[in-house]
Amino acid sequence: MLKRKRWIFAILAILPTLAVFAYVRLYPIADTLRLSLFKWDILSKNKPFVGLANFRELMGDHLFIDALVNTTIIAFGVLILTIPMALIIAALIFHRTRSRMAGFYETAIFIPHVVSLVPAAMAWKWIFDARLGPLNALLTFFGIPAQSWLFDPVLSVICIIVLCSWQALGYAVLIYIVGFKNLPVSLYEAAKLDGASGPQSFWYLSIPMLKPITLYVSVVTLVSGFNVYAQAFVLASDAQGAPGRQVRVLVLDMLENSFRNYRVGYAASEAVVLLVIVLGLTLIQFSTLRERGKA
Amino acid sequence: MTTNSVNYIEPTTEELSEGVRLRRKKRAINFAIDVFLIVVSILMLLPLVFLVANAFKTPAEMLSWPPTIIPRDPTIANFSAVLGETPLLRWIANSIAFAVMSTIAIVATSAIAGYIFGKFRFRTMNILFALFLATAIVPFEVYMIPLYFQAKSLGILNSVWGLLLGYLVMSFGIFLIRQNVIHSIPDELLEAARIDGAGEFWIFLHIVLPLLRGALGALAVLAFFQAWTAFAWPMIVATTRTSYTIEVGLALFQTGFTVDLGRLSAASATVLIPSILLFVILRRNFVQGVASTGLKE
Repeated sequence: MLKRKRWIFAILAILPTLAVFAYVRLYPIADTLRLSLFKWDILSKNKPFVGLANFRELMGDHLFIDALVNTTIIAFGVLILTIPMALIIAALIFHRTRSRMAGFYETAIFIPHVVSLVPAAMAWKWIFDARLGPLNALLTFFGIPAQSWLFDPVLSVICIIVLCSWQALGYAVLIYIVGFKNLPVSLYEAAKLDGASGPQSFWYLSIPMLKPITLYVSVVTLVSGFNVYAQAFVLASDAQGAPGRQVRVLVLDMLENSFRNYRVGYAASEAVVLLVIVLGLTLIQFSTLRERGKA
Repeated sequence: MTTNSVNYIEPTTEELSEGVRLRRKKRAINFAIDVFLIVVSILMLLPLVFLVANAFKTPAEMLSWPPTIIPRDPTIANFSAVLGETPLLRWIANSIAFAVMSTIAIVATSAIAGYIFGKFRFRTMNILFALFLATAIVPFEVYMIPLYFQAKSLGILNSVWGLLLGYLVMSFGIFLIRQNVIHSIPDELLEAARIDGAGEFWIFLHIVLPLLRGALGALAVLAFFQAWTAFAWPMIVATTRTSYTIEVGLALFQTGFTVDLGRLSAASATVLIPSILLFVILRRNFVQGVASTGLKE
């Protein structure tokens, strides 16, 4: 009797949340999968089922390939730049954790992660500005010719990587600090008694023991790298907003296909590609963790 | 007092100087680390400091090298120009309304669902929870186009309701609250209340919610900042000038024909300063929320 009452309460209480969840999450996700199999253009009345034709077309679409390549370079670029720096900075902050400055370090390094994206990107846009930017002024001071950072396709990808890494660093540092706090102190004391130096125990103890955290931070960084959009939009669209100047990334290509070319089904198939990449990364993370658990 | 000195061996002068040398070395290392971390911290903050400084500069000073951190001749001309050219305050109001409503929705849904998933673990509930968790992996960008068409058919494009549609629930929030429920709300407490004749809803309101205050605070801060910094969704849902959020307004403002750097910086600073202040005030909640991401398992 009592049990049934609890059951009814649980169902009734969860129902509104569940309904909202189904409407704003489950349904659109399912719809993405469905649309990707249709030639679903806003402008045409006929919306036929085409199977995997959209995906086949994507493989030959040079704009999509461009976007995929750029996005992959950005995602891995951020990863390579961020992880080692975050690990070292977190180790040093953890080492100084009892000093009065620790809170300041953490806050200062974390702030770029929380400030609004667009204004933060504006700050970097000024730094990279070809005529007015301090970066070029600094370069010419050292006798290096000024670069048109945000107009050159290769350089602007680098600029996006720098901006994204600047934002990602604080998060990675924070997670690593939590990781350091959870490591067993006794092991370090034993190592110290055996004559290990600080850098040695960092290399032989901390790095291997923090592997699950490194994996986690890597996957989070990669996933957000594959979703990059705002940074590319702000940095690489020029003062006149010429869309041709933008660095092509996956989300941008998706939005252009659906809202400029009205090819919703085609854009949905791009979304599915993005989903597969993200799922793949997450599966790698889980399977590596499970293997570790077995060993 | 004498017992104290029983095991105490007077160090030789040699050992003493060895200790002093070690301590000195340690202090030197700590000093070097502090210097390094201070430099890194300053470098991280520098772009934002320059942005705020630029907002108060005259066009001439903006071009000077090296760039000044404290404007020689501070002016608010940039701010008044921006306020004259754009509905900046309207955009900020839109963002605040959107972020506050999203926070309320996420905190409410997460509190209820997190509690149910934490304490009512029937098989159906476990399956539902797995479903919530599984969708947490799917990035918003993947399904935002179908969601846009849902907003369109509801007739809520270009309104705060349209913005809200994308940010009503947060799988991670439900997960976070569930973990907290499991860790900090003992079954005995709930059973005792039930024996005293308390109804399930009363228990949730008067026992569970107060105990979850810390976790819900952390979640609220995360949810607020998530909506405040949202970009792709507001960009496609809000397409009229008066319905922009501040992020979209700023991003599109910079692509205008006549915008100069001073005005852009002023507009950006107007957004940055309050959000940095808010972060510094709520820092502890924020860090608690972020730190529990994926690490509590």
